[in-house]
Amino acid sequence: AKCLCCIGNLSAHQSGLLQKLLQKESAYDYDLIVIGGGSGGLACAQEAAILGKKVMVLDFVVPSPQGTSWGLGGTCVNVGCVPKKLMHQAALLGQALSDSRKFGWEYNQQAKHNWETMTEAIQNHIGSLNWSYRVSLREKAVAYVNSYGEFVEHHKIKATNRKGQETCYTAAKFVIATGERPRYLGIQGDKEYCITSDDLFSLPYCPGKTLVVGASYVALECAGFLAGIGLDVTVMVRSVLLRGFDQEMAEKVGSYMEQHGIKFLRKFIPVMVQQLEKGLPGKLKVVAKSTEGPETMEGVYNTVLLAIGRDSCTRKIGLEKIGVKINEKTGKIPVNDVEQTNVPYVYAVGDVLEGKLELTPVAIQAGKLLARRLFGDHLEKCDYINVPTTVFTPLEYGCCGLSEEKAIEVYKKENLEVYHTFFWPLEWTVAGRDNNTCYAKIICNKFNNNRVIGFHILGPNAGEVTQGFAVAMKCGLTKQLLDDTIGIHPTCGEVQKREVF
Amino acid sequence: VESAHSGRQDYDLLVIGGGSGGLACAKEAAQLGKKVAVVDYVEPSPRGTRWGLGGTCVNVGCIPKKLMHQAALLGDRIRDAPHYGWEVPQQVPHDWRKMAEAVQNHVKSLNWGHRVQLQDRKVKYFNIKASFVNEHVVCGVTKGGKETLLSAEHIVIATGGRPRYPTNIEGALEHGITSDDIFWLKESPGKTLVVGASYVALECAGFLTGLSLDTTVMMRSIPLRGFDQQMSSLVTEHMASHGTQFLRGCTPSRVKKLPDGQLQVTWKDLASGREDMGTFDTVLWAIGRVPETRSLNLEKAGVNTNPNTHKILVDAQEATSVPHIYAIGDAAEGRPELTPTATMAGRLLAQRLCGQSSDLMDYDNVPTTVFTPLEYGCVGLSEEEAVARHGEEHVEVYHAFYKPLEFTVAERDSSQCYIKMVCLREPPQLVLGLHFLGPNAGEVTQGFALGIKCGASYTQVMRTVGIHPTCAEEVAKLRITKRSGLEPTVTGCG
Repeated sequence: AKCLCCIGNLSAHQSGLLQKLLQKESAYDYDLIVIGGGSGGLACAQEAAILGKKVMVLDFVVPSPQGTSWGLGGTCVNVGCVPKKLMHQAALLGQALSDSRKFGWEYNQQAKHNWETMTEAIQNHIGSLNWSYRVSLREKAVAYVNSYGEFVEHHKIKATNRKGQETCYTAAKFVIATGERPRYLGIQGDKEYCITSDDLFSLPYCPGKTLVVGASYVALECAGFLAGIGLDVTVMVRSVLLRGFDQEMAEKVGSYMEQHGIKFLRKFIPVMVQQLEKGLPGKLKVVAKSTEGPETMEGVYNTVLLAIGRDSCTRKIGLEKIGVKINEKTGKIPVNDVEQTNVPYVYAVGDVLEGKLELTPVAIQAGKLLARRLFGDHLEKCDYINVPTTVFTPLEYGCCGLSEEKAIEVYKKENLEVYHTFFWPLEWTVAGRDNNTCYAKIICNKFNNNRVIGFHILGPNAGEVTQGFAVAMKCGLTKQLLDDTIGIHPTCGEVQKREVF
Repeated sequence: VESAHSGRQDYDLLVIGGGSGGLACAKEAAQLGKKVAVVDYVEPSPRGTRWGLGGTCVNVGCIPKKLMHQAALLGDRIRDAPHYGWEVPQQVPHDWRKMAEAVQNHVKSLNWGHRVQLQDRKVKYFNIKASFVNEHVVCGVTKGGKETLLSAEHIVIATGGRPRYPTNIEGALEHGITSDDIFWLKESPGKTLVVGASYVALECAGFLTGLSLDTTVMMRSIPLRGFDQQMSSLVTEHMASHGTQFLRGCTPSRVKKLPDGQLQVTWKDLASGREDMGTFDTVLWAIGRVPETRSLNLEKAGVNTNPNTHKILVDAQEATSVPHIYAIGDAAEGRPELTPTATMAGRLLAQRLCGQSSDLMDYDNVPTTVFTPLEYGCVGLSEEEAVARHGEEHVEVYHAFYKPLEFTVAERDSSQCYIKMVCLREPPQLVLGLHFLGPNAGEVTQGFALGIKCGASYTQVMRTVGIHPTCAEEVAKLRITKRSGLEPTVTGCG
C-alpha cells in the first residue's frame, strides 16, 4: 500500500515535470538524501549543497531505553567526543586544583564537585552546537527533517516524525550515515536499570558509586572522569583492555587508573542486575560470573554503566527493500574505496562502515570527499592510512599507525626497531606526581629506511602532541628525520628525541 | 707535531661552560671514549644571585620560567573549575614564597642530577672561571682565588650569555633586577615594571600577571622582534585584555629608590616627548642578552668575535677562527638562542670530533614556543620572511580563528586563538611556516615541526585526519586563505 505522501508526490511530479525536465537532474525530489545528521552525514550534505546540489538531511534520535534523546549533530556532539572531553576536562581540573597548592595557590579544603552544575553547563554548550548546525544547514539551503528515515523502494524513503506522520522523498543518490548506539548485555535487568553513554552525559543526578562494564575506550574514559570528579568507580572487564589498541600501552593506561583509585574486576561478566532501591540514583545489585571458573561475585552500586560496544543502526532502515548488503553478524555495511555500497546509487559514511575507524574526523573527511567526488568532479578518496587517535583517559594515550603487535604481525619482529622512553613532564615535578609513568614509543621498519610505522605516547595533552606526528608520518617520517628535528623545550612532545632501544 | 701535542694535553676535550650545549657535548664525547673536562662558573648577578651547574636553561631560563608559567596557568584553571562544577572559593590568593621554594628546589635537584651524570660518565668538573692563556691552555680561578691551568687538544666554548643592563639609565644597575634574579627571589616582586619586548619580557610579565601581581610592560617599539609580527600583536593583545598593562613607545630615563623602598621610574613617551612617572616594587630589565665572551681573553687564543655583538664567529662545523677551538650555544654568532639547538649542536660536534659521524647541524626550521599566557608556537618562516623571500604572489597563507573546546564551558575569551600556515602558492604548496597561538602551543607545534622537516605540503597536511576534539586538529582543517578575504572563523565540529 502506498503512503498518502507518495500519491501526493505523483501529482506534484506531473505538474512540475516540465520544470524539472528543464533542470539538470531528473524526476527526483533531491539530488542527495543523507540519512543521519551526525559528523559524516552533515559534512557530506553541506559539501554537496556548497556544490550547488539540492540536498536533504534526515536525523532522528530513537530515545534510549532510559528515555534519553538529543538534537541534531549525531553521536560526537551529543553523546560522544564533545561531552566526553568536557567531563574529562572537569576531572583534569580537579587534578589541577590539587597540583595548584604545590605551586603556591592557597586554599584549604578538598574541593567538592557538583554534578548538576557541570552537566548543565555541558548541555548548554551542546544545545548551542545543535542550534548552530541547524543554522548552518539553513544557510546552505539543506532541507532538514527531524524524522526517522527508511527505504521503501528504490530511490525512495519514508520519513516518520515524532508524531507518527509519514512523508516520502525521492533522491538520485543516498548516503547512509546512521551511526551506532550502545549495545546491551542481554541479561536480566540491563535495559531497565543500566545506563549507557547515551544517558550519562545528560544524567540529571549524580551517578554516585558506579560500576562501568566494559573495556572499550568509552568504558575507560567514562570510568576515568567519574573517578576524577570524586566518585567511587569500578570497571568490570571481560578480558583485555582497549582491544585493538597496542596492548602494552593499554595496560599502562589501566595501571595508571588503578594507581589513582579506580578498581578493576578483571575476567568477570555481569549475569544479573537487580534493583534494591529506587532513587536518583537508586541502588543496584550486580551479580557477576568469572570467565575462568565457577566463581561468582556480587556488588552494590548506585549506577551501572554499560560500555561493551556499539551496534550499527542498519537493521531497521529498509536496506533489505533495496538490496543493500550488510554484514549480518555485525550489521556494518561493506563499501568499496569510494564508499559505495553494492547498490550503485547508495553510499555510506561513518561508524556504519565495515572495516573503517569509528571516528568523527574520519567520517567528516569521508563525507566531504564523497560529496566532492559525486558532485564536484573530484577524484580524491579518503585516506584511511595512519589515522591518529587519542584515548582521553586520566593519563591520555595518543597513537598513530600500527600497534607493536600488529607491526610484528605484518613486518616480523626482526625487521622492526622499537625506540622507547619514560618521561617526567616538567609540570609534574613540582606537583609531586609520578616520575616513571609517562611513556612514549616509536616503531620503525628497519628495511624501509627506519620508517616510523607506529607512534604511541602516554602523557598529558597526548592529542595535541600526536596530531603533528601524524602529519609527519603521512609525509614518510623516518627515525633519521626525527633525530634531525630540534625539540621544543620544555615540552612532552620533545621527548621523542630521547629514546633508547 | 699534532701527536706530540696530544700526549702532553691534560684532556682530549675541554668544555668551557656547563650549560645545555656544553654538558651535551661533554657527555657525548666522554661516552665515545674521550678524556673530558667541563669548567663552569657563575659570576653572581649585580643583585648577588648565583646558581649551580646546568647553565641558563636549568637555572634562570626555560625550567623555572615554565614552572612559574605553569603556576600562573593553574591560577586560570582555578578560575575555570567552578564552571565545571568544582566548589572553589572565588578569590584564591597566591603565595610566591611557596612557589619559589618549590621551583628552586627542583632546579637544585637538576644541578645535582647534572653533577651525578658528569661523575657517572667520568667527566671531570671544575667550578672555576676560565680564560685563555694560549690556544691550548686555559687558566681557571676558583671562587676563593686559587688558579689552575688546564690544557686540551680540543676546546669548546659554550659560555652562553647574561642579561643586558641599560647603560645610560640612572639607577638601572643599582635598583633593577633581571631574569637572573627573578626566579630566585624569596619574596614576591610585588608591583612590577618589566622593561623590554623580548620573549623574556613578555613571558615574565605574563606569569607575574597570572600570579595576581600588578604588572606593566614598557616597550620602546615592537613586541617580539624577529617573530611574525601579526602573531606577536595577538600575543600582546591577549595579555592586555587579561590584566597586563602596556606602556608602548616609551623608554625609561631614571630609576630612583624612595624612602619606603619602592622604586620611582621616570620615562619618556617617544612620540609626544612627554615625561611620566610611576612607582613600582620591582623593575625587571629584559632588554636582551650579551654573550659571555669578554672575560675569556679570546685574543690570547686568536679566537675572533663579531665586534658589534661580541659573539664568537663560527662556521658550519661550529669551528672558530682557530681550527681546534669551537663554539656552540648562545655564545656563537648566528645561532638561535635555544637549548635544544645548543644541545644537538653539542652532541653532533662531539660525534664529529670523535670521528663517529660527519653530520652537521641543520639550523633550518627550528621550532620554538613563547610561553606567554596564551602560548605561541612556531616553526619555519614568518609571513613577512616568506613574502620577502618568495614574493607575495608566490605565497599562500591559510588561517583560522578557533575556540578550544575547554574554553566554552569555562566561558573564556578565545579572541586571539589563531593559527596560520604560510605555504608556497604553487601545488603541492610546500609549508614554509606554521604559527599557532593557543593552549599547549609547544605540544601542538612539535609534531608539525617534524612534518615540515619531512617536507610537508599543504595537501599532505589536509589529507591527515584530525584528532577530535583537540586544538591541534584545527591546523589540519585550515581551509580559508588570506587572499580570499573570507572570514576565518571556525564553527562547530566540522
